[in-house]
Amino acid sequence: MAAVSDLPDRPDLSDLPEAPPALQVSDVSVRFGDRQVLDRVALVVRADEVVCLLGPSGSGKSTLLQVIAGLRVPESGVVRWSGGDVSAVPPHRRRFGLVFQDPLLFPHLDVAGNVRYALRIAGPARLAPDEASRRVDELLELVELAGYGGRSVATLSGGEAQRVALARALAPAPRLLLLDEPFGALDRELRDRLAVDVRALLHRLGTPAVHVTHDLAEAELVGDRIVRLADLGSV
Amino acid sequence: MLQPAPPRPASPRPGPLPAWVFGVVPAVFLAVFFAYPVTRIVGRGLSSEGLDLLRRGEEWQVLWFTAEQAVLSTFLTLVVALPGAYVLNRYAIPGRRLLLALVTVPFVLPTVVVGLAFRALLPASWIGSLGVILVAHVFFNYAVVVRVVGGLWGQLDPRYEQAARSLGATPWQAFRTVTWPLLRPAVAAATALVFLFTFTSFGVIVVLGGPGTTTLEVEIYRRTAQLLDLPGAAVLAVLQLVVLAAVLLVSARLQAGTAVAQRLRAPSRDALTRPRRPGQLVLLGSVLLTVVVLLGAPLAALVLRSFRVRSTWGLAWWRALGSVDAGTTRYAAPLDSVRVSLQYAVVTAVLSVVVGGLAACAVAYAGRAGRVLDAAAMLPLGTSAVTVGFGLLIAFARPPLDLRGSWIMVPLAHTLVAVPLVLRTVLPVLRSIDPRLRQVAATLGARPLRAWATVDLPLLGRSLAVGAGFAFAVSLGEFGATAFLTRSDTPTLPVQIVRLLSRPGEIPYGAAMALATVLMVVTAAVVLAAEALQGGRWRR
Repeated sequence: MAAVSDLPDRPDLSDLPEAPPALQVSDVSVRFGDRQVLDRVALVVRADEVVCLLGPSGSGKSTLLQVIAGLRVPESGVVRWSGGDVSAVPPHRRRFGLVFQDPLLFPHLDVAGNVRYALRIAGPARLAPDEASRRVDELLELVELAGYGGRSVATLSGGEAQRVALARALAPAPRLLLLDEPFGALDRELRDRLAVDVRALLHRLGTPAVHVTHDLAEAELVGDRIVRLADLGSV
Repeated sequence: MLQPAPPRPASPRPGPLPAWVFGVVPAVFLAVFFAYPVTRIVGRGLSSEGLDLLRRGEEWQVLWFTAEQAVLSTFLTLVVALPGAYVLNRYAIPGRRLLLALVTVPFVLPTVVVGLAFRALLPASWIGSLGVILVAHVFFNYAVVVRVVGGLWGQLDPRYEQAARSLGATPWQAFRTVTWPLLRPAVAAATALVFLFTFTSFGVIVVLGGPGTTTLEVEIYRRTAQLLDLPGAAVLAVLQLVVLAAVLLVSARLQAGTAVAQRLRAPSRDALTRPRRPGQLVLLGSVLLTVVVLLGAPLAALVLRSFRVRSTWGLAWWRALGSVDAGTTRYAAPLDSVRVSLQYAVVTAVLSVVVGGLAACAVAYAGRAGRVLDAAAMLPLGTSAVTVGFGLLIAFARPPLDLRGSWIMVPLAHTLVAVPLVLRTVLPVLRSIDPRLRQVAATLGARPLRAWATVDLPLLGRSLAVGAGFAFAVSLGEFGATAFLTRSDTPTLPVQIVRLLSRPGEIPYGAAMALATVLMVVTAAVVLAAEALQGGRWRR
């Protein structure tokens, strides 16, 4: 069973009365073959908070995000949004943004094309072309990549690519953002800088988020609250 | 992070739709236009009338010659091409890559063009001899050995041989005990391919063979088209199917047994040898001479011959392209064949991309059933074009589907031959697409089919275009199946060339040379363009 515990030395925002629970995950179990990856895991995220999910490699953090996003069907368990069960809702209708550890930018589109993709698919019906371009510019500015729109994704550095992935995930205005070790492949210095940026960005947008990492320092920089998903059996 | 990921098939949405949705069109296409015709051939061949023919001995003689020339051709090709495979992949020669590309050209040329090139080069009295056929087969298959064996040879880590040398082995011992065992699977694969191609050789034999030098393929055609002996043709086709199945099985066994060795290779492109010692220079010189004389001379002769009018130079044969038979109702003018061939090639490219593309998706998104479809789609390549054409001819000659004389028969046959190429071009690209890209699209709000159409499909675009190019080139040059199916008033380029060749007089002969030059240039251009496109990456 996964132990879920708050770190004692952090201010506990979950006590604030004005923040109702947005995401509620309960009793989620997943197994790969005969390995129990998640065993009746529970998680609550309030509408105004960024939760950092901390745990070692192989503890099932990424799997939990995939369950929340709807990309993996758990053996058991329920995912609720604002009290309603979304377990049966397919990923493309959940409006949960997901940033993977790899940027996974679409290689056939340029930077602006990647961000515009999200607007084209999910944005308000028939966004006028210049309106869409304006939104793309805004989003790129938000991740401090103004002027990068025409760049080929192959020319970006790791940090730049991950910012584009973030802008792309934010484009359809998701009601929840899931970040799966988004800085995992980057070096220490860059990771810290991006962590501070992302925290500021998420608070500005007021989007609740689940941020998965195995790095305590990063978790402390980004999270309002840190939740440990301990290794199996180490309860 | 090293999360122990579950095996791929376990991921939740491998394809945007169930795999059978993609597989149904290719499966039906192969069943109707390949499996059914082949069963009709087998049914005819195994009838009592057919089996009686086998006692005559004439059939066995043809089989014997077919096997004999295939074994000799394969052996000669290996002897001539293995040094080339080594030198072109391991020596630092200026323009090495260009040379490798040029060496490939003969292989993509239509067999009829190859035949005409040797007719242009060699004295007429040699035509019909076994020797000419063997030389043409070496010309044709040189690239197979250079590509298949040389491809591996160029990537072998030279340190294996260096390790053997440091243990006291002479260069020859090091080759024999280390390099050769590592190369053996590739040599086995190349041997099987060359044997297959030469055993089913048709166009080359039609143009260069004589009464005593006829293969199963040519005999099947002769019995069908000239003698109207369908039972005899069916018996020969069954005989050929049995031999080909045996060869394919044996070569699959050989290659499976040595698959472990292939994993030993390490990429090393910086390890090219600079030829300095006399022995190396002699080897280099002889390979370059082979390339120029064996590969270059026939093609040059073909082009020159099309401009050689009696004892002077001129455009008479080229002008004849528009005038020979023009205005007659029985024959089409040579230039009309250009239009006919291009039309068939376009239809073939479209059909092949649809069928082959869908097949690639089905294979990639399905488990075991996908592997069965993969194998089934490759079968037409292994059964010979003549069998494909003959099968279509006897299978659709009566209701419910009477397609006799229909133009669609030709592109259908070409599609059967081209689908394996499209499949092999598209499948690796499809499998290399990260399935998480579609997951990203899903979290951005794209429905499964929309995600596939906006992510996977554009990423496949280039490989589909490359596959279309290959299919187009196959259609332009295909002769074996086309010979059975083409209508006399709308011959394709290869059929027209052979027809011109069979007519008396120097004008049809010269026009055949000019038309073969056209076909050579167009085919080579299409294939080289497709290969260049394949080499490119997603860059803006």
